[in-house]
Order: sequence, then structure tokens, then C-alpha cells
Amino acid sequence: MAENHATATDKPVPYSTGDSNITETTIAEMRELAARYPVGRSALLPMLHLVQSVEGRVTPEGIEACAEVLGLTGAEVSAVATFYTMYKRRPVGDYHVGVCTNTLCAVMGGDLIFERLKEHLEVGNDETTEDGKITLEHLECNAACDYAPVMMVNWEFFDDMTPQSATQLVDDLRAGAEVKSPRGATICTWREAERVLAGFPDGRADEGPTGGKASLAGLRLARERNWTAPNGSGGGNGRVAETTVSPEAAAGPRPSDQPGKESQAVNGDDSRKED
Amino acid sequence: MLTPVLSDNWDQINAWQLSAYQRTGGYDALRKALTMQPADVVAAVKDSGLRGRGGAGFPTGMKWSFIPQDNPKPKYLVVNADESEPGTCKDIPLMMASPHTLVEGVIIASYAIRASAAFIYVRGEVLHVIRRLQQAVQEAKDAGYIGTNILGTGYDLDVVVHAGAGAYICGEETALLDSLEGRRGQPRLRPPFPAVAGLYGCPTVINNVESIASVPVILKNGADWFSSMGTEKSKGMTLYSLSGHVTRPGQYEAPLGITLRQLLELAGGVRAGHELKFWTPGGSSTPLLTAEHLDVPLDYEGVGGAGSMLGTKALQIFDETTCVVRSVLRWTEFYKHESCGKCTPCREGTWWLVQILERLEKGQGTEEDLVKMLDLSENIMGRSFCALGDGATAPITSSIQHFKDEYLAHFTHGGCPFDPMASTVFATAGASA
Repeated sequence: MAENHATATDKPVPYSTGDSNITETTIAEMRELAARYPVGRSALLPMLHLVQSVEGRVTPEGIEACAEVLGLTGAEVSAVATFYTMYKRRPVGDYHVGVCTNTLCAVMGGDLIFERLKEHLEVGNDETTEDGKITLEHLECNAACDYAPVMMVNWEFFDDMTPQSATQLVDDLRAGAEVKSPRGATICTWREAERVLAGFPDGRADEGPTGGKASLAGLRLARERNWTAPNGSGGGNGRVAETTVSPEAAAGPRPSDQPGKESQAVNGDDSRKED
Repeated sequence: MLTPVLSDNWDQINAWQLSAYQRTGGYDALRKALTMQPADVVAAVKDSGLRGRGGAGFPTGMKWSFIPQDNPKPKYLVVNADESEPGTCKDIPLMMASPHTLVEGVIIASYAIRASAAFIYVRGEVLHVIRRLQQAVQEAKDAGYIGTNILGTGYDLDVVVHAGAGAYICGEETALLDSLEGRRGQPRLRPPFPAVAGLYGCPTVINNVESIASVPVILKNGADWFSSMGTEKSKGMTLYSLSGHVTRPGQYEAPLGITLRQLLELAGGVRAGHELKFWTPGGSSTPLLTAEHLDVPLDYEGVGGAGSMLGTKALQIFDETTCVVRSVLRWTEFYKHESCGKCTPCREGTWWLVQILERLEKGQGTEEDLVKMLDLSENIMGRSFCALGDGATAPITSSIQHFKDEYLAHFTHGGCPFDPMASTVFATAGASA
């Protein structure tokens, strides 16, 4: 089991390749991030995400740029960059593919999915395919346990996975097909995702549903059986009061096919969980 | 039985947008709060009996009242949206479906403690949730709910959505503060507590997402309404997250004090043809419970009385196909990986626990190893800098307490007696043999 957690640390990575993409624009954006906080150093984590969006990894040039903007030493920035799992010293592919192998997902199939993907992609943990498309990594719990086994592509959710749906997913990604998260947007590149994490929105927030089937499991049952919270007192919550009269009216417009609709396209084998 | 309040608007079209949120009375609570004195807002939350939903269960209103208002330094609100305790999956769907519920709570809470800025520290590994939060904050700014002179009251507030970078330890509130200051996420010694010296050494309140999201409806419906739900010391409704070997996993919002037996009935029971073996009441850091605990009230006191903790109400359900030793090894590998390295008992202790568990799982251990693991756990528990170390011992000690025979079976069998395929969701019929 422990081999899941092994990292390819024996493969040397050049300290600098000398072809940094950090420009004046990047520096200006770093200053913009620093200005959002009462103390500029608070922007260091966002700035490192920005470095990854520009460089495809945390480069020495990126570290120096952060240090210069914040008045820190390179060593101080490196100390932070090396602490956090999401910051990568090796170049990451267009698609960062994560498989949760924490206990619950592992038991539900995550271990087998991760093994299958390592064979299928011919890479180990935290390694990138030769075509530079996919970096595979095992993940710790990603807060989607009610959709186990869970995978993430560029930090978008892929729910209720199987070895088949997982290999299909990475094949689609490598082939350049348009792939949608069942609870998120159309998959962008890892660098584009890192830019959003840095704090520069990409305007895709309105894509995808409010939630998947599991998120709504309790709510749907409550609607079916007309269960509500007690009435609000003193002219309080109109929503709760209305719900007592007519749950359908108070619930507002609902797309009957909304949750999990797109997940069918990704993972057709949804029959094992009772609807 | 179920009381959808926080989740009540999750099935509406575009629930994450301001217009949809306002259609169901969104931001009415903010308008009401802004007509009240900040101290009265604190009192309302105190009276409601709301306790922290991030695991510790500390009374939220009391936390707010610790902020020294005679301190001339700026005050800050920090929302802990770093949801990453294994099994916990309630804040992410809340922020995905209805980020404005959180944002409205943030503004009310900030007003109550007179904060000048608020930060939502969200784990970095949830891209779409971050998009929705960013958009919600922007919409609230455009609507005049965030910024200067909010709704003409003269109150100013800035709100920043801050993405983390992958470190479980940053869910610990003082480590989160260091991380938010642009440092390695390592916990701080307390005292001083964050209420006195938190972010940038200033008075700071740190609350979980669900706690803050519960604030608007408390203001709207009143403290009595909230405390009419729940049990004597555990008030209100809360999100229970069922996952694992259950027919319909998901979020079930109910009054505190519901039992696992009741929740399992709602969720269609343990998956067909199988039976409950063990479960966590609130994530992997809460000691395992078994079928004999099905009728324990899931509130702070009830679960505490059963020798575990309510934690985050992350009910991970495992049936008889699951190997306890494998499960505990994996959780322990997680704690080892996530230990920040600051203190010796946790850094070294989790490392040694993994070494021993690996041996045990391969059937190469001895009964003495179990004694050694309990001894190690005793040296980690209460001697670590923060709760991560304590949490790491929970699966070890509780599994040895309830399933010692299964550890022994690994020795006699010369390895794991379980078929890993049988526990998967795609198990074939023959795999359970």
C-alpha cells in the first residue's frame, strides 16, 4: 500500500532551464495580488499559484520574482513553496489527474483505479506522460466522499469512478476531446486553473449544476415526504413559511434533469447506486 | 425528520447566483442585522446555542464575544473553508450550491465583531467552488453588500477569497493563520488565542463555513427558532454527510441528536446484502464506532459519551468487506504525510506507526506490535502541538479496542485475509467470496 505514497524523487530536475516566461505583466499582477491584503506577504500563496500558471511549475525565476515583490529572500519563498503539495517542482502536464486513495475512496475502488491508471499511462505517482499531457498523482481526501471513488482533473470533480470510466477519461483528455466535470465546468488546462486559484476569475462560475445527486439526496427525500424545518417566528424566514404551504411553490424553478445530468456522459455506469 | 435549511435552496436553478439567492429572501438577514447594534447580533447568536460546526463544537457567539473591542488594532474574520478531514464533505457542496449563504453570514459576523476585513480561506483543490465564491463576493460587492458604507450604514468591509495550496494542517486554525500570512502552515502556541492575537497579531475570529452559513437564518428567524431544533446542549440543524457502503450516500440536514440508525434508514441502509462493520462519527480523527453504537444521539454530548467525538458529522460507513487494518494503515499514512513536522511526537510518532502498520498488514507483525502502537499513541496523544497528532491516534486505539481479533487474523493468515475487490463499488458478485 505504501508505494502509493512514493514520489519520483530520484529523477533529477534542472534548477533552472533558463527559459522563464515571467514578464513585467506577471510582476504587475503579483503586485496587484499583494495589494489585496492588509499585509502584502499574505499574497504569497496566490502568487505561487500565479507562477505555476505562467511557468507550468514553480521555477527559480518565479521564486525570485515573488521574493522581489514582497521584499523576502529566495530562501524564505522556497521554504513556503516546498511546504505545500500543490506547488510542483517538476513540470506538470496539461491535465493534472488525481485519484483519491485516502481510506474511504481506496476501499471503494480508488486503489484499483490508481493501479489501473499507472499501468494505462505507464507512469508512477507524481509523474507525467511522455507526451506532456497528463500528470498522475494520488490524492488525500478531496471532500467529496459521498461520491467515492473520486478523481480530480485540474481540481475539478469526477464522481463515482470505475477503472473503465477512469481510463476513458484520461484517453479523452489525451485525445483533446472536450471533457466536462459532472459538478463543474469544461476542463481547462492546469495552467489556466492555477490562474483562477491565484485569484483571477475566468468567468466560468455559471457552468455546471448546483450539485450532484449525493449533495441533494437529503433535500430530495425531504421534498418527497414534505419534511421542513419549523416555521420561522416573528415574520422571519419567508422561505420556510412558504414551504409549509407548498413545498413545490417555495422551492422555485427546478430543472428536473439537472443534478448528475452531465455525469452520465462521463460515467454511464451509474446504476450501482440506487436513485 | 429532515430539516433542510442550509440546503433548502440547493435544488433551485442557478442557486449560486445573487438573483436566485435574493428570490428566496437572501440578504434580508443582513438588512435586519445592520439595524441592530453589533453587540445585539453577538447576543442573538449566543442565545441560539450555535456551536462550531468544524469539529470542536465551541459556542460561536461566545467566540465572537472574546474579541476585545477596546483593542485599537483592526479586527478580522477568517472563515475556515479548508475542508479536508477525511470523510468530511459538507462545506464544499454548500459553497458550490449557495455561496451567498456563506457570504451573507460573513458580512453579518464581520459586522458583529466590527471587523474591517474578512478572508475566506478555501482549500485550493476545489477549482469550481473557488470560481463560485469569487463570483459571489463580486456580486455582493456590486450590490453594495461589501465595500464602503454598506447599505448606507457607514460600515466598511472588504472580503477576500483566498485559495490554499494543499495542506491538511491548514484546517487547524492557527496553522491557517500562518498560511494566510504567507508562511508555512504550522500551528502556533496558545495562548495567546486568536481572539486576542490572531491574523497579523490582531484580534481574529476563525469559524467554520457551516457555522457562519448558519448565522443569516438565525438572525432572520430568531435564536428561539434555532434552538427549538436539536437537543438540550446541541442546538439547531446541521449537515450530516453519509459516505461509503451506504445505498444513497449524500448530505442529510437534520436536527442535532438524530441517530445513525435513523440516518441509515433515510439513506436506504447499508448497501444491499451487506452489514455495518464500523463507522466514523465525524471524520477519521474521531474514534471508530461499531453497530452497537447505532442508537447513539449524534450530538456533541451523545457521541462524546460513546467514547468518540461528533467532529464534522462525517459518517463514513464501512461494511464487513472492509479490512480494518488496511483502513487504519491508510489513515495513518495520511497523518504522516500531513504532519507539519513542527513537533516531535507527531512527526516521529506517525512515521513509526506507519512502519509498524505496514508490517502488520503484511502479516509480519506480532502481538507485541499492538502494545507498541498503543504505547506510541499514548506518547502522541496530548503531547503534540495541535490536534493533528491526537487525531492520528484515534483510528489506532479505537481499532485495537474493537477489532483486535482482526489484527491477530493477519498474523495467523500470513497477510490480509480480505479481497480488496469485494469492498469496491464495482465489485462483481464473485468477488465477495
